[in-house]
Amino acid sequence: MTNAQTQFRFRHTVGERTFGFKSLAELMAKATPARSGDRLAGVAAETAEERAIAQMTLADVPLKLFLEEVVVPYEDDEITRLIIDEHDKLAFAPISHLTVGGFRDWLLSDMATPAMLEKVRDGITPEMAAAVSKIMRNQDLILVAKKCHVKTAFRNTIGLPGHLSTRLQPNHPTDDLTGIAASILDGLMYANGDAVIGINPATDNVAQACRLMKMMDEVIQHYEIPTQSCVLTHVTNTIECIEQGAPVDLVFQSIGGTQATNDSFGFNLATLAEAREAALSLKRGTVGDNVMYFETGQGSALSANAHHNVDQQTCEARAYAVARKFKPLLVNTVVGFIGPEYLFDGKEITRAGLEDHFCAKLLGLPMGCDVCYTNHAQADQNDMDNLMTLLAVAGCTFIMGIPGSDDIMLNYQTTSFHDAMYVRQALGLTPAPEFDQWLKHTNIFNDDQFTLNHQVPSAFEKSLKRMLGGQ
Amino acid sequence: MKRVFPTHPTNDPVIENPWQRLREFTDARIGLGRAGVSVPTKHLLAFQLAHAQAIDAVHTPLNIDGLIENLTAQSWCPKGQPLRLHSRAEHRDMYLQRPDYGRLLNKASEQTLEDHAYLNDDPYDLAFVIVDGLSALAIEENTLPFLGELIPQLTSGPEPWSIAPLCFVEQGRVAIGDPIGELLNAKCVVVLVGERPGLSSPDSMGLYLTWAPKSGKTDAYRNCISNIRTAGLNYPEASRKTRYLLNEARTKQLSGVQLKDRTDESALEHENDNNNFLISKS
Repeated sequence: MTNAQTQFRFRHTVGERTFGFKSLAELMAKATPARSGDRLAGVAAETAEERAIAQMTLADVPLKLFLEEVVVPYEDDEITRLIIDEHDKLAFAPISHLTVGGFRDWLLSDMATPAMLEKVRDGITPEMAAAVSKIMRNQDLILVAKKCHVKTAFRNTIGLPGHLSTRLQPNHPTDDLTGIAASILDGLMYANGDAVIGINPATDNVAQACRLMKMMDEVIQHYEIPTQSCVLTHVTNTIECIEQGAPVDLVFQSIGGTQATNDSFGFNLATLAEAREAALSLKRGTVGDNVMYFETGQGSALSANAHHNVDQQTCEARAYAVARKFKPLLVNTVVGFIGPEYLFDGKEITRAGLEDHFCAKLLGLPMGCDVCYTNHAQADQNDMDNLMTLLAVAGCTFIMGIPGSDDIMLNYQTTSFHDAMYVRQALGLTPAPEFDQWLKHTNIFNDDQFTLNHQVPSAFEKSLKRMLGGQ
Repeated sequence: MKRVFPTHPTNDPVIENPWQRLREFTDARIGLGRAGVSVPTKHLLAFQLAHAQAIDAVHTPLNIDGLIENLTAQSWCPKGQPLRLHSRAEHRDMYLQRPDYGRLLNKASEQTLEDHAYLNDDPYDLAFVIVDGLSALAIEENTLPFLGELIPQLTSGPEPWSIAPLCFVEQGRVAIGDPIGELLNAKCVVVLVGERPGLSSPDSMGLYLTWAPKSGKTDAYRNCISNIRTAGLNYPEASRKTRYLLNEARTKQLSGVQLKDRTDESALEHENDNNNFLISKS
């Protein structure tokens, strides 16, 4: 062999030309559909042809190889150790003979029933999921995700087929309680908030987080709403809140797919384990004990310079290994928030949203999506309509609900309360069953019908009258 | 049943929400009403206009000359010629696609800072780095009134802070404060940066504090105060939080996730338990 041949781990010959790839990580990066973050990292295919060849080469890689050749060194990274050490060989058996390309065919075939997909779930590593997603079309990502059923529960049941939940996101730039209460009311009147009522606080402040938790807890108890609350503050803050006796339903943390990313976020796996134990000890769930809420998003590893030259979608899928370990109620890929350096336009955001949802569902996670964009990205509300509709067809667990699509604290646009009503109506989806019952019982929905009532329900009328002087 | 809020006039396709009057308590787009389940035309078009304005805000350049002129005219302005710096992102399009360039100084700026350090041996306690970020408007509107609140309090009192000449950066991102603080030999750096413009807040300024700034530090070593503007976190409150973080950082000789913001929101302390109108205490 010549030197030129030996330096390549993977080779593919087309006619006279041979394309080579030095490692599995390089092959996966070059097989990834085009996006700005991989170009920024310098790991993307240099030509469209190289990308297509990389995809053909990747399709021939046996799934077994992903257990032998890791993309981030085992010694350096606790997430790699988590993926390898906790791999379930028995669950892997039915698919262990497949290549990546064969895996795609199998996933799309009638052999991959919802029950079978659940059975092999723990045998699939994030890198296998990422690899197969790279050679799947958008419709493949939708069709297979729809077959992956993931049910979780706390005060209601999330993720049942035919249901679409929403996170009610009543953010306020100064955490003003009246402003937050006004947005909560608006969301509830539009049948939003069954996944969680979740506030991003304006600052990371333990006392303030406790106040917001108490406020949401009072609303949930007073109106007997079968849902849960969350303040999206750093995990170490939430641990302190629990120690101070605050009513914590869900523990939040942003997570990434490499240890170095999570170091930059200021936590590790042990921190999450401690937080989960603390939240479980409160025993606040009524129909289930999924107490974690994670957020992810392609590009976070590169943003922290912690990507090990792995493409951003593979890094993202590795974050799902972290999530899976802690049995979350909800995982949310905040797909367009990071900006155009990582996902340039509506097309790239759409593709990433579908990939993230597919990979997470395949790995058994209750994946929702913050279908969103910033004002410096090449995207608009029409792109969001498209992605939201595609995700809802794919059985997405939840989307965000915010007044008029405009987050006045985080300064970006996501899906509105109205959007959730649109997509539920267009596709015949309903909220979580316990919440659905509450909407009917409270007269937010008309009795036994999936339509909003024209009147302010009497339970809320009193509060409004007090606030507005009862006109 | 008799209703306090009659809402459904016949033959009107738009159903109004009586709680739209709650908009006096928040900028959030609540109470929009609905046509079927969808946003009524007038609110749809208002949203499109706001989005158009926000896109335009991202591309408006910072007027550094005007800003320096106004700041240096203040009695409290730190001594020394303000330093004009530029990141390695040469223009806005490059800035938007290459965040790594926005975190690094260009060669000329490094030279400017090295020259300054050569002529000024003594270390500074603190450096302010004023960065356009994604909203020059935020910097132009908020820098002067915020620093006017903060700096006089930092330079008086029992342990006054020595402050470096103000630094201004074009096409910069948050992390550019680290090499600047390092080259200036400052114990602490505070970056003021234009945050990504929102539809209702194109003028929001963020503040990032790093103790012992050094190139390559991650976000875990920074503390953030967000949304500084008249309609957001007001200047006295933002100044109070900043002084708290600065004093804690100086005492503990660190910043970031190990330094928790334990300031109570004074605005909230004065509110009683009934401030959540959704809960009846009577």
